[in-house]
Amino acid sequence: MAKRIGMEVAVAVAEAVGLCDIDMAAVYPITPQSHIAEHLSDLVADGKIDAEFVTVESEHSAMSAVIGASGAGARSYTATSSQGLMYMHELLPIASAMRLPITMAIANRAVSGPLNILNDHSDIMPQRDSGWISIFVENAQEAIDMSIIAFKIAENKDVMLPVNINIDGFQLTHMVEPFEMPTQEEVRNFLPPFVPHATLHPAKPVTMGAFAMSDYFPEIMKAKDEALKNSKKIILEVWDEWAKMFGRAYKPVETYKAEDAEVLMLTMGSMGETAQMAIDELRAKGVKAGLVKLRLWRPFPFAEIKAAVKNAKKLIVTDRAVSFGGPGGPVFSEVKSALYAEAQRPVIYDYIYGLGGRDVPVGDFVGMFERVLADTANKEVDTYEFWGVRE
Amino acid sequence: MALKSWRELPTGCVVFEPGSASEYHTGSWRSQRPVWNNQKCIKCGICYVFCPEGCVQQGEDGFFQADMDYCKGCGICAHECWPRAIAMIEEG
Repeated sequence: MAKRIGMEVAVAVAEAVGLCDIDMAAVYPITPQSHIAEHLSDLVADGKIDAEFVTVESEHSAMSAVIGASGAGARSYTATSSQGLMYMHELLPIASAMRLPITMAIANRAVSGPLNILNDHSDIMPQRDSGWISIFVENAQEAIDMSIIAFKIAENKDVMLPVNINIDGFQLTHMVEPFEMPTQEEVRNFLPPFVPHATLHPAKPVTMGAFAMSDYFPEIMKAKDEALKNSKKIILEVWDEWAKMFGRAYKPVETYKAEDAEVLMLTMGSMGETAQMAIDELRAKGVKAGLVKLRLWRPFPFAEIKAAVKNAKKLIVTDRAVSFGGPGGPVFSEVKSALYAEAQRPVIYDYIYGLGGRDVPVGDFVGMFERVLADTANKEVDTYEFWGVRE
Repeated sequence: MALKSWRELPTGCVVFEPGSASEYHTGSWRSQRPVWNNQKCIKCGICYVFCPEGCVQQGEDGFFQADMDYCKGCGICAHECWPRAIAMIEEG
């Protein structure tokens, strides 16, 4: 069993990736991802890992480089944040359409403008429909575990899709947290060598990323959608395998004191731990409060979400991004749509909070529960509100 | 060539047969076809040089024609032909 150590999370993520026998990384530094880029670069420069570190001139080039490398059969890694992710945007659906198992960490940060370097989820949400597997982590241990697990999911022959791991910028990347780091041998036993479905090699020419017109485009989109939906089975299998080897079990939807809860809250990412403290506080006062944490954003875990919330009277969905002029936060619209056809479902509230790094202490989560409990006539349902914004 | 169903597509739509682009007949895109007037043609070959599809061929008599399996009807040959020997005719 690995020993429990403390380290800055971004550095620990780079350490974990360093155990995964990557062939190459192309990472352009951007706050708050920079420590991942810097430490991975150190590992290569110091000869601790046998990989190519490509010093690209932009995130667009970083994603282009990992697409090319992955196509050539290399286990490829990148990491970014905010504007960097926005700059990669046009390439993300190409990586997934070409079924290249790239792994990327996203140190989630607010998208400009105004310029802001702190944490929310406005960078990942516009990438929702790019065809990537998208995972949110809550703490250091999850960030490390998922950084390793992601390669195995992505490279499974029945998946062959890129994976992004969302790690809240600063609030998680820059914390020093205790965790267990698997050993090199353990990771080697868990993660087999990458076997690509095709490679670019002069001796056996193939075409990747070919042109397709209206006679094939819809079939290709359907195949990609099915591939992403089918990846869930493998994700669950790989998480089970991890649990057997390392004793830490992961599910697409985690619950905390949710079984008998009348009011549930749904969070994604590092806010889950603070919300959990609010649940304890409310339970101590006799409120039947519970928490649902959404770990798997794509493929969306419909069955698990339905099962987790079906017995609650009220559900507070929390969002850390805005869909301007839309129906509410992106998580809210997703959850609402998932529950639309259910005969038994809670009424749903949406609070948009923690934007641009705004601190959300335990008391704010308690406050959300109190507001919802006071709304006995369900008058505030079906709309969204910017929590804590000055009037 | 029978069109494949979504289930039959190879992973990532990788094309494993080199040179198979020739099986894709871009001539189906055409709405106008180039027609050469050999009375005006001086056999300079500028149509051959400019054809972006590489489908203009010179016959044994020295005159040119386009392979209609691949000619997209873009009209660049007609535009470049300075003796005005190529007319673009609407497809029926």
